[in-house]
This record gives sequence, C-alpha cells and structure tokens, in this order.
Amino acid sequence: MMASSYNAKEEDGHHSGAAGHGGAGAVKSRKPDNTAFKQQRLPAWQPILTAGTVLPAFFVIGLIFIPIGIGLYVTSNNIKEFEIDYTGVDSNSPCYSCARNFSSNSTTPCTCSLNFTLEQPFESNVFMYYGLSNFYQNHRRYVKSRDDSQLNGDLSSLKEPSKECEPYRTSESFPIAPCGAIANSLFNDTLELYYVESNGTRNLVPLVKKGIAWWTDKHVKFRNPSGNSNLTIAFQGTSKPVNWRKPVFELDPLDSENNGFINEDFIVWMRTAALPTFRKLYRIIQKKPSTTPTLPSGRYILTVTYNYPVLSFDGRKRMILSTISWMGGKNPFLGIAYITVGSICFFLGADIPN
Amino acid sequence: FLYGSSLFSEEDRFLRANDRAFNLSYKYADNSIKTSKYNFITFLPLNLFEQLQRLANVYFCFLMVLQLIPAVSSLSWFTTAVPLTLVLGITAVKDASDDINRHKSDRQVNNRKTDPYLLLVFYFQADLLLLSSSEPLNLVYVETAELDGETNLKVRQALTVTGELGDSIEALASFNGEVRCEPPNNRLDKFKGTLIYREQSYSLDNDKMLLRGCTLRNTEWCFGLVIFGGADTKLMQNSGKSIFKRTSVDHLMNILVLCIFGFLACMCTVMAIGNAIWESREGYSFQVFLPYEAGINAQLSSFLSFWSYVIVLNTVVPISLYVSVEIIRLGNSFFIDWDRKMYYPKSDTPAQARTTTLNEELGQIKYIFSDKTGTLTQNIMTFNKCSINGRNYGTLEAQAFFRLLALCHTVMSEEKSPGDLYYQAQSPDEGALVTAARNFGFVFLSRTPETITVVEMGRHITYELIAVLDFNNVRKRMSVIVRDPEGKITLFCKGADTIIYERLHPSCDKLMKITTQHLNEYAGDGLRTLVLAYKELDEDYLEKWRQRHHEASISMDEREERLDELYEEIEKDLMLIGASAVEDKLQDGVPQTIEQLAKADIKIWVLTGDKQETAENIGYSCNMLREEMKDIFIVAANTPEGVKQENALRKMCPDAPAVPVVNKSRAGLLWMQTAQKVPDDKVDGHYGLIINGHSLAYALEKDLRLEFLRTACMCQTVICCRVTPLQKAQVVQLVKKYKQAVTLAIGDGANDVSMIKAAHIGVGISGQEGMQAVLSSDFSFAQFRYLQRLLLVHGRWSYLRMSKFLCYFFYKNFSFTFMQFWYAFFCGFSAQLCLDTHYWTAVNQFFVWGSLAAYFAISFTMYSNGMFLIFTSAFPFIGELVFSVSLCKIDFFKLYIIPPRNAPTSWRRLWTFCHQPSHQPLLLSSAEPPPRTVVLFRCHSTILAEQDSQSSFILESGTAQLCLSYLL
Repeated sequence: MMASSYNAKEEDGHHSGAAGHGGAGAVKSRKPDNTAFKQQRLPAWQPILTAGTVLPAFFVIGLIFIPIGIGLYVTSNNIKEFEIDYTGVDSNSPCYSCARNFSSNSTTPCTCSLNFTLEQPFESNVFMYYGLSNFYQNHRRYVKSRDDSQLNGDLSSLKEPSKECEPYRTSESFPIAPCGAIANSLFNDTLELYYVESNGTRNLVPLVKKGIAWWTDKHVKFRNPSGNSNLTIAFQGTSKPVNWRKPVFELDPLDSENNGFINEDFIVWMRTAALPTFRKLYRIIQKKPSTTPTLPSGRYILTVTYNYPVLSFDGRKRMILSTISWMGGKNPFLGIAYITVGSICFFLGADIPN
Repeated sequence: FLYGSSLFSEEDRFLRANDRAFNLSYKYADNSIKTSKYNFITFLPLNLFEQLQRLANVYFCFLMVLQLIPAVSSLSWFTTAVPLTLVLGITAVKDASDDINRHKSDRQVNNRKTDPYLLLVFYFQADLLLLSSSEPLNLVYVETAELDGETNLKVRQALTVTGELGDSIEALASFNGEVRCEPPNNRLDKFKGTLIYREQSYSLDNDKMLLRGCTLRNTEWCFGLVIFGGADTKLMQNSGKSIFKRTSVDHLMNILVLCIFGFLACMCTVMAIGNAIWESREGYSFQVFLPYEAGINAQLSSFLSFWSYVIVLNTVVPISLYVSVEIIRLGNSFFIDWDRKMYYPKSDTPAQARTTTLNEELGQIKYIFSDKTGTLTQNIMTFNKCSINGRNYGTLEAQAFFRLLALCHTVMSEEKSPGDLYYQAQSPDEGALVTAARNFGFVFLSRTPETITVVEMGRHITYELIAVLDFNNVRKRMSVIVRDPEGKITLFCKGADTIIYERLHPSCDKLMKITTQHLNEYAGDGLRTLVLAYKELDEDYLEKWRQRHHEASISMDEREERLDELYEEIEKDLMLIGASAVEDKLQDGVPQTIEQLAKADIKIWVLTGDKQETAENIGYSCNMLREEMKDIFIVAANTPEGVKQENALRKMCPDAPAVPVVNKSRAGLLWMQTAQKVPDDKVDGHYGLIINGHSLAYALEKDLRLEFLRTACMCQTVICCRVTPLQKAQVVQLVKKYKQAVTLAIGDGANDVSMIKAAHIGVGISGQEGMQAVLSSDFSFAQFRYLQRLLLVHGRWSYLRMSKFLCYFFYKNFSFTFMQFWYAFFCGFSAQLCLDTHYWTAVNQFFVWGSLAAYFAISFTMYSNGMFLIFTSAFPFIGELVFSVSLCKIDFFKLYIIPPRNAPTSWRRLWTFCHQPSHQPLLLSSAEPPPRTVVLFRCHSTILAEQDSQSSFILESGTAQLCLSYLL
C-alpha cells in the first residue's frame, strides 16, 4: 500500500554519509554510523516454532536419539557387573556373626567367606569395588574434617593439625596423623577373592592395588612428611587415628612405597563421595596375557576380614566386580533415557499432518 | 567587575551595589561552585558509607558476616568477599575519577575570568542585572542556546538610568543602587524585582537580566550587577532536578525480589527442619564416624543450618538483577540513539534516548497524547489567506491590516548585507506574518526598544513604541501601542478569534459575522487563524494608563495580576480589521503513522490549542477521523449541564452502567498504594470525540471527569482543542490515574512541557519552537513519524528483550539454587555444596557476568533485523518495508498487542521458568554416576519441555552453562 512508502526512500537511501564527510570546515554530521551492530542488522537466526517446523524436528530428533540410545544401552549391557552384599544382616548370611560380635578392640580379626558364582566370564581388566550405603561421606562437617596441608607433608601441620580436624585432632596430647573424621573412618575391611576350580581347589585371584588412586592425588596432593625417608621417624611424635589399629606408616606391610599418606587405599578413601550410597575402587584384576578371561565363569569365594562396623547406623557393605567400556561403568539409565525421549519425539513427529 | 556579591532571604533578596559588607550580611551563595563530593581524607569513609546504602551491598556484607561465623559458614568467606570488593572497588574507582574530574572542572569554572572588554563572545558566569552596554540604547544581544536551546538572538535592554553610567569605572564604582528581587528559582522566563536608585524605584523584569549560560553577541561590552551567583543562578537551579520515572517492570521486579526473599526464607526453614530430623535420626547413629560437635545438639544444629543455607541458597536472590537490568536498558538506549531510521537529515538530528531507564515501557504504551502544531505539522508557516474587512479590499483597511502585521510582533530583524533583511522570530507564525507584510509592501526594517521603523509603500516611517503587551498562553493575544509621526496613538492587537471577539466594539458585529464565516472556512482547510484588531487611543487616557502601568510593573506583589488587569482594561472596544490564515503543513508520514499506531491498539488523543475547525480538519487529514466512523461527537458547551447533555455515552453504549465503575485494588510495593481503575466499556463501531477547552474545563471537574473518561475511552479518536498547557497535563493525569495504562505525551513547544512531564513517557520533537519540550522529555527526535519506530520496533524489542532476560535470569538463579536445595536431601541437610567451593564461586561469578554476556550475545542477534533476510514472512516488523507491509502487517500488530502487554512477564510464565529448574536437578540424583549421563539428558529434556517457546534459545544457553558446570 501507499502507506509508509515514505519510510524507505528517505531515511536510508540517498543521504548516506554524504553530509558527514564533507569538505574542510563542514560540521560533522550526527548521522549514526551504518554498521550492522548499531543498526541491529547482525546476522541472526531464530527458529520459528510452528507445527510445520517443530514436528519434523521432533521426527529427526527421534531418528537420531533412538539409535544412540540403543547403542548406549547395548554398551551398558555388555558391561559385566557383579555385586554382593556382605554386611551380614541376615542371620543365615556368613558374615552375620562377625557383624554381631564386632568389637573395635578385639585383637583377633573376624573372617567370613561368601560363595558366589559368576555366570559369565569377565574379560579384560576387572575392577573390584567396595560399596557403602547410608554412609554420609558428604556431610559438611565430615567433608571439612581434614587437614590438606598435613596430608601434603607439611611439617608444622603434622605437629599442629588444623582446627577443622576436631574432635580427631589430638589423641593423648599427640597430634593425630592423619587427622580428622575422614581419615579416622578409613575403610579397613580386607577382601580376598578365590577362584574355585572344578576340582575344588581354591586359587587366589591376584589383586593389584597400584594405580587405584588418581595420579595427581598420589603425586601432588598427598605427600609424606619430608625430612626423613624412614617413615617411622618421620611420623614420630604423632598418634594414629583413634579408630585405626596400626599407624599410617604401617598401612601396607608388603610395599614400603605404599605407606604413609601416599597409601593408595587411603587416598581413595580421602576423596569423599558425593552421595550417601557410593562405591570406591578397591583393587584391579589385570587381564591375563593369554586368551583366557580375567575371571572365568564359575564359583568364587570372597573372604572378608571384617573390621568395619556399619550396622550401628544401618549401613551396608558390598563388593562389586565390574568391567568397563568407553562410557565408564554399567549405566543403563542413559540408554533408556535416550530411547524414551527418542521414541516420544519420534511418535510426536510421526504425526506430521502432511 | 563583580559589583555586589549577592543573596537573599527566603522571601526577597536585597542587595546593594558596591557595598560588600551589606551584601555579605545576608550570607548569599558566592559565585564559586562546588560540585565535588570528597576530598583526599574523607574519600574512603564517605564513599564506603554511600555505597553501603545500596541494598545489594548491605546484603552482601550481611552474607560475609554470616560466613565469618565458623559454625554457620558453609562457604569460605572469599566467595562473597571477592565479588563484594570487586564491586565496591570498581565503584569507588569510578566515583574517585568522577570526583577528580569535578574537582578539576570546579577549579576551572571558579578560575574562569570574565572580561567583557576583550571578548566579543563570552559566557555569563552569574545571573546579572544589565547596567550598561556598548550599544545604543543600552541594548545587548544574547543567545540562550545553552539555556533553552533557542538560537535566535534575543535583546536585553538596560534601564536608561543605569545606562548613563556607561563604561566609566568611577561612575560604576560609585553606583549604589539597591535591588530587591525574588529569591532564586528555576524559571528562566520570569524575573521580578525593583531597583532603587537615587530614591527612585524602577521595575526590573526578565528583559534586563543576563542569565548564566547566555552568550553575548554583537555587543562590545556590557556591565552588570550580580544578582544570583553560583548555585543560585537560574541555570544551576534548573539542573539536576529530574523526576525519576520508573517502569512497570521495575515495580514487578521489586515485588519479585521481595517474594524471592520470602521464598529463600521458606527454603531455609525446610532445610532447618530437615536438618533437625536428620540429626536426631541418622546423625545420631552416625556418630561412630562423625561425632556431634561439642555443645551442639540437634536443635542448635538445625538453627545453624538455617543460616548456613541462607548463604548457600543466596544465589536465588537476584540481587545483581538491578544492575544487569540497568545495563541492558542502557544498551537498548544506545540502539535508539544509533538508529538511522530515526535520524532526520534535514536538521541533522538523530533520535535521542534522554532517559535510559524507560525503554521497555515504550512497548506498553496504550495512550498517546499529542500536540498538533509542530508535532503533527511541520510548524513551517506560510501566509496563506486573509480576510480584510470582510473581504472588502478597501485600500485603507488593507493598509491597516498590513501595518498591523508589520508592527505588532516581537520579531528581530538583522540586515546581514544591505537589502538582505533577515527576520528572527520566536514563533514561526510571527515570522510568516511579518514576511507576508513585507511582501505586500509593509517592510519591517528594524526595531529599538522605543521605536519601530517600517517602510510603508516606499516611505520610511518610524513609529514610537509606547508599550508591548506581550503574548502568553493565557492571554492568547499580543498588542502594541504605537504613536505614528503625526502623533496618532493606536493600539494594534492580534490574537485568537475567541479572545479578540470578546473584546470587540459592538459596532463590529456585522463585520464579525462575515469574518467568522471566513475564519470557519480557513479553519476547515486546516489553517491557523489569527484575528487582527486595532483601537485608537487618546493622549490623556494613555498617559494615565502608562502611569498605572509603571506602578504595577515595579510592584513586588501580584505584579502579573495587576498587569493583566491593566492589559484587559486597555484591550477592549477594539475595531476588527480582519483575519489572517497561516498554513502549517502536515509532516511527512503522519497519517500513516497514526493509522499504524491505531492498528496496534494504541489510542491517540490530540490536545491542541487550535480552533475546533482547524483541529477537526487536521483530524481528518491525518486519518484520525474517518468518514466510516459511526458518529463524531462534538462537545462545545459552555456550562456543566451542557457538557453533561452532550455526553455521548448513551448513544454509543446504551447498556453501560449509569455510574462509572471504579475497581479499587492494591498495587505497588507491599500493596501499599490504592489503585483505581475504570474498566473499559465495550462499544460497537468506531466513534470520534471532539471537545473544546471550555467544555474540557467542566469535564475535568470532579463530578464529570469519570464520565468524560469513559466516553473518551470508548472513542477511537479524541481531539481536545483550545486547551491550555495545564489542561493537557490534567487530561494525561486523568487517564494515568483511572486507566492504569501507560501513557506517552509528545510535543514540541513550551506549552507541552507540563504534559510531557506528567505522562509516563515524554517525547520531545526537536523542531522550530526551541528546546524546552526536548529538555524535559525522555526521548526526542525530529519527526512525528519516528514514533512508530520508537514504539513498535524499539519499544517492542526492548520489552521482549527485557522480559526474556528476566525470565532467563530467574531461570538461571533457580536452577543453580535448586541444585543445592535438592542436594541437601542427600547430604543430611548439612549445607554441603554439591560443587567444589572454588568451582562454585567460579560458576556463580560466571553466571552473574555470563548471563549479561549471554543475554547480549543471544538476544540482540535474535532480534536484529538480520532475521528478515532469512524469514521475511515471519518477521514483518514495521519500518522494514523492503517487503510488502500489507502482506503481514496484521500479524505484526497482533504481535504488538499480544505479547508485550503482560504476557512475557506474566506470573504463569515466570512460574514455568522457575519451577522447571527445580525438578531438573532431581534427575541428577536419580541417576548414578558418571554424571555426564545426566548432563546429556538434561539438555534433551529441556528441548522437550520448552517446545512451546522461542525462549528455548536462551534456556539452552542457560542449560549449556549448567551442563558446563556438571561436566567440569
């Protein structure tokens, strides 16, 4: 229509810049610059959400998501995982008596054995976890009850731990090393795995404890007190955490490199879990050079040296064996989520009117 | 040079020239100006104190104090201290540099020398009373551009008695006049005072004042007496007194922030209760590994956790919202300033957002109140028609007619080169009339304060100017009293027809009828008319009148009233000469603009001082009144009853309730204010209403105004003619108060200032009539048609951007906070962060600054015109008429109507934005690690949930930020 045709002709057309860049003495025009930004002409795109655009989009999303979901689900399903609860709540479970008769100052450790069967062989590296439930490693007071500089080998913090460690800061007027509630509650069950061959002989499955902690933790964040290579002397004048049976420098009697603050089990424990039900890496079962599976199917025996009390707060202890894939551990949720969302999108999109 | 330094008591100001002791006794402000706030020592405490008056800073300080309590502290103190110091530091540096600049400029201003001998152009540094000048008759020419933006030269004239002092320093030094005048005020056009000198008193008015900010022109030197100095000067009194206009989004934000504070308290209470339960059940048995702290039981722990969660969940309070919103508004204002489509090349005037805080309100305008002259029209006058003595072109009458035009005005002439006369008129009407007289052989040559020289048909004649009875908006007429060389004294008067007709001699009745006929004809053509009349005076009467005039003009009390009375007395029994008609063409694009605005459901009311017929005609020519309208009501009664009878309500809507319904509701912060609202009545068809000033005065009275409002709001078009500036403001206020609608007033002249200030948004047209309107406006540009772009493009965009930003802001606040909230259920309500502290701080800061960046990055490109190139049909924004408007305009106008009013910031929508993030983090906990799982899922769930809105864009960016946080 005729209306508004005045607009285009005058404002933007002929006058552009002519007034501004006149000869000497010409007053500079106050005409705004003709740049894409100032005139709000930057290239842009915005989806126009109509049935005609949204539904095909749904359709496409469905088409993409369902295969991804299936892929994830299959990958997750291919991961083999075995989990066994050894808390000993039931009276007929092997660890019942250990759990019942637990006493922290008994000198003879209580041992119990659980039989279980792997239906399928576990290939490649197998990861062995211990799992705890209803254990609030994420409580604020618990989380902050540590002294990072002490764990980093700082000598003054060794003798004078941070106040955050209370009430596990000193014991009988000696500073506790490592101090705090986290260290004090170090998981100290010992798990051993035996493969029972068809003839009944038990073979100890070799468990590797090297490499279960993060590299940065082991080499950067955690350091033994400097000054003396003999840890016994280095930790002189400190006391062990109240719950511990042996001091920190004797955590691993077999490997002297794995003692003190750089003990890998200790480091793993010190990295607190985000949720009250969690699992922590305990050992790695290396794959065998031959083609035999790391853990062939068959009967196994799990021997537990039962040291860690959880029944008082209704906690649970588990042992988990798992293989991994590119997407980490077993997790069917992601695949299911993809498939569900993809299917919904697909069916919504499949209804395209045209 | 400064004679008496000055100043005053609250009532009147006394000062005596060259008597320092006398003047100092009054402790008037000296001429040094102090605008700086701090000095070296006071800077830190004062600045900190000032900054801590801001709510946000106090809130942050409170948080920091909480964090210093070890039992409460859930975050290390630096998470708050760092941003707080940053904000305080940056503000302090800014304040400091501002203050250093102020110190500098103070020093510079206070040291500026005023030496009139040497400079041809100089700025006055104080308000001076002009004593003498180099020019004959003690004239001084000044330019007042800095004061009111008018660039035409103005004349100031000293009293003859002081003019005799000349430039003799001795005489000046011994001058001992006493001045008694009004206290300092901000009225640039008024001054009232008396000078007592040699036991004679002389009247002082604005014509003898040189105000600070004026520039002296064409004058070699002048001497003055300082009346007001420093902060008392009219310029300084005028500055910095702006009223803060707040937008409805501001009010909404205040309420929201309050609600959110309440919500935070609720959340923390839930957390505290949860903590109590957890500690007494789970925590009690978990003591094996985590013993209670000494002296803290479950109750105390619950209390402490309340405060811990105040810290952890503080991210939900959008305390940085105010700053962010201001920055966005500033950005949007720049886009208005930068818009080439609102730039007027002819006068080299770009649009200007003078107030940067009102942009989004532009998208919600419901009523526009417009001036006519200079706003809808060009205000470039051309003499078009005249009626002389009832179209009887008798030579004598014609001569009188043009003689009047040549004499009765306030135009200044300037002869740039011989024969090249150049008129400087304050109003374009006058310029047109004087030019017309010149073209008909009555050339106005020059004026002095006491004479006017004209060339009448080739003869030089000098008239003695006895008095000028000046024009103002109430008098609506001006007169001059002149004595011709033969000694005949005549009063020439020109003015609005109604005004002059009331003052005519009865013998003119017949002529009046014919002239009225002509006037109606002219007005019907949309011309501006003036009626001219004269009166012969006799010497004796004049002498007495002059005496009284002098007395009145030096009196301090009721001077204006007394002068008005005197003017009234002498301007009667006038003889009608004829009428002139001046054409004022419509500006380009006005009809189209009005049509488009009407389609966007914006009602336009024209408030004009013009005649009813002129207004009606303009109404037709700019599409406001249309032939297809069912009826056009004209209210032109002179009594309240008459107005009531003419009330058109019944005709339009017979079913309407007789008594106006007033819905009272509570509004504002804490619902402290009562809001009254008259609901819109439904009406079939289009109607127009024209009401004149007389009727409007009755209609605005208490008992009729609601009735008037209802009627007017039923009409598509309302034209109020013959209205005074005060009435303009009253109409605006009426609509503002009872319609609770956002109003916009647009005008170009001083008479529109009151209306511009009264409306939510004032728009000034920088045109022919000086700068007063622009100076008091919030937005200014050169042409009426830019209003369309300002409202429909910038207003709409600003509003959409703002509402999107608000939604996004709340979304990100809530999603960030709810993560913590739900995590509490898994960590024993212990106020443990679900992210590492350093990381949490980083993410939080990233959100605060990143939200702004993301907003600018996304929203500006989203709404930039680039989209037209891709989806032309989907973005039929007005102003982009490369593509046919007609194709898609309906959609667009509906767009303006539907989303901007209330929708984007509606509560429902905000709710969607707020509760959505609340359940999303739940998914986090329902899944086992690795957390990546959750992240990917979250992205997709968002896509799903947000399918209905374009906001998914911004949401996605928010989600992306969240995703980042999880991923890391």
